[in-house]
Amino acid sequence: MLSSKKTVLEAKNISKYFGTITALENVNLTVSPGECLGVVGDNGAGKSTLMKVLSGLYKPSAGSLFFNGTKEILESPRDSQNLGLEMVYQDLALAGNLPIGENIFLGREPTKNLGFLKLLDFKKIKELAEAHLDKLQIHVKSADQKVEELSGGQRQAIAIARATAFNSKIVIMDEPTAALAIKEVSKVLDLINNLKKMGVSVIIISHRMDDIFAVCDRVMALFQGTNFAESQLSKTTRDEVIGWIMGKK
Amino acid sequence: MDNKNKDHSFFFKMIPYLDKYGILILLLLMILTMHILQPDVFLSWRNVTNIFKQISWQSMLALGVFMVIVTAGIDLSVGSIMMLSLMVLAIVAKAGMPWYVVVLVPLLVGLLCGMFNGLGITLLRMPHPFIMTLGTLYIFRGAGNLISGGVPISGFTEEVRYLGHGRIDLTWLGLDESQYLPVSLALIAVVYFIFWVFMNHTRIGKWIYAIGGNPNAARASGINVNMILVIVYSLCGFLSGIGALILAGRADSGYPNAGLQSELDAIAACIIGGASFFGGRGTVLGVFAGVMIMGILRNGLNLMDVSAFWQQVLIGTIIVLAVYIDVLRKDFGTRK
Repeated sequence: MLSSKKTVLEAKNISKYFGTITALENVNLTVSPGECLGVVGDNGAGKSTLMKVLSGLYKPSAGSLFFNGTKEILESPRDSQNLGLEMVYQDLALAGNLPIGENIFLGREPTKNLGFLKLLDFKKIKELAEAHLDKLQIHVKSADQKVEELSGGQRQAIAIARATAFNSKIVIMDEPTAALAIKEVSKVLDLINNLKKMGVSVIIISHRMDDIFAVCDRVMALFQGTNFAESQLSKTTRDEVIGWIMGKK
Repeated sequence: MDNKNKDHSFFFKMIPYLDKYGILILLLLMILTMHILQPDVFLSWRNVTNIFKQISWQSMLALGVFMVIVTAGIDLSVGSIMMLSLMVLAIVAKAGMPWYVVVLVPLLVGLLCGMFNGLGITLLRMPHPFIMTLGTLYIFRGAGNLISGGVPISGFTEEVRYLGHGRIDLTWLGLDESQYLPVSLALIAVVYFIFWVFMNHTRIGKWIYAIGGNPNAARASGINVNMILVIVYSLCGFLSGIGALILAGRADSGYPNAGLQSELDAIAACIIGGASFFGGRGTVLGVFAGVMIMGILRNGLNLMDVSAFWQQVLIGTIIVLAVYIDVLRKDFGTRK
């Protein structure tokens, strides 16, 4: 049934080795437009490694990636960004010494021309950042505030804001609610549901079954670096998914 | 959470200003103190221009090292890069090359030495830039002695000496002939302004700060971290090359001990100026203030006939104090 649907992202037979350690072995993954895929697995199952391969941060030792059916070789995260894939990292990947706005636009800062010089357009960075934060209903004092002054939950919100600031088609979130206060969790989950409605595909890595069952359409489990199980969410149960994480079918 | 923030709001509001301008207050205090201690001499035209001449080449090394420190790296080889550039300049000058070649050569040598550092750190995957640049500290100085035979080479033309030795005449302003501006002062102003724009208003400058703040964030944003590092070390080498050109003008000689231990002065100026060894923090203005503080301290103590040994003790003390202030500031920043 899935293979008949158009896939926006497909990973085929991905393997990744770090020296003698096998992090991933022949892993497959597909996502359709507007679909939310939950990826579960125990610590060390290879979830984060797989996501880093998808975003181009790691090069796979073997296997290939297809974006909208076209085979692509990613040299860096910039390549995957250009293909519409954004990642919210578990370690947040924010530079604490820079303001919120500059973090959102890091690597893609708007510039203005001064003669032959290309200078940063701080006014535009601030305006665009604040408009985007408003749209996502993320409340901060000012986009000029440094990220190191924010709480963990606010930082997570900024990381998601950054991932969604450039009309991305696929957003990967690594434990998006792990660092959040309970009242902030539902906000993030609402945000994910909004993204799905806009046709954005979301891949979520999470240990929290509540999150998986609140937003995902499909769930797949990795176990010791391999595909272990996969199912439409409607055809499985929490206990079954928890069993998969432990390596039991 | 919110209430706690409000309790500290005054401190939080003050921190960015202290961060930015605290060092200037220290500089002004020093100038004031020196003026009170040496009212006739210290602020005289002759002495002030003297200070700027004395800090001219150190300020170039410090600016280069500053950019490296912002990336959370270190460059120990700037003194040796300057010496090697100076020696090549001297040899090319003695070979009778035209002055514009002689002037460009040290800049090119400096750039290439810096690029060598950058490529070594990134391609050879050195665990820390300290190791690569400690190696090149020896390599470049050794190379400088090899090509020159370890003896001074003296005597350059006026064109070559212009940047380090030249005077901007101000008699058209009705000033006395002794009241001139050193060309090196104008050069410091121009170079520092260019690098201030570079660090604060261009993408690459922003990325340099981002790499120092969180290299993973920079990498995840698609920034080619290794390329930026090579650029930073190359620019650091280039600035050391400018330093060599200034020193050639001031000393009228290429000599084997040129720039010996000046990498430590450069690092000291950055640290005093508020750059953090952890990376991502510090300003071009702060480095300038750091260079000035060291220059004024040395000059002032010389005027008061204090021994050079005491100068070492005082500069060391200031470094430790400056970093202690940084530690205190960090404490404020994390206690939320």
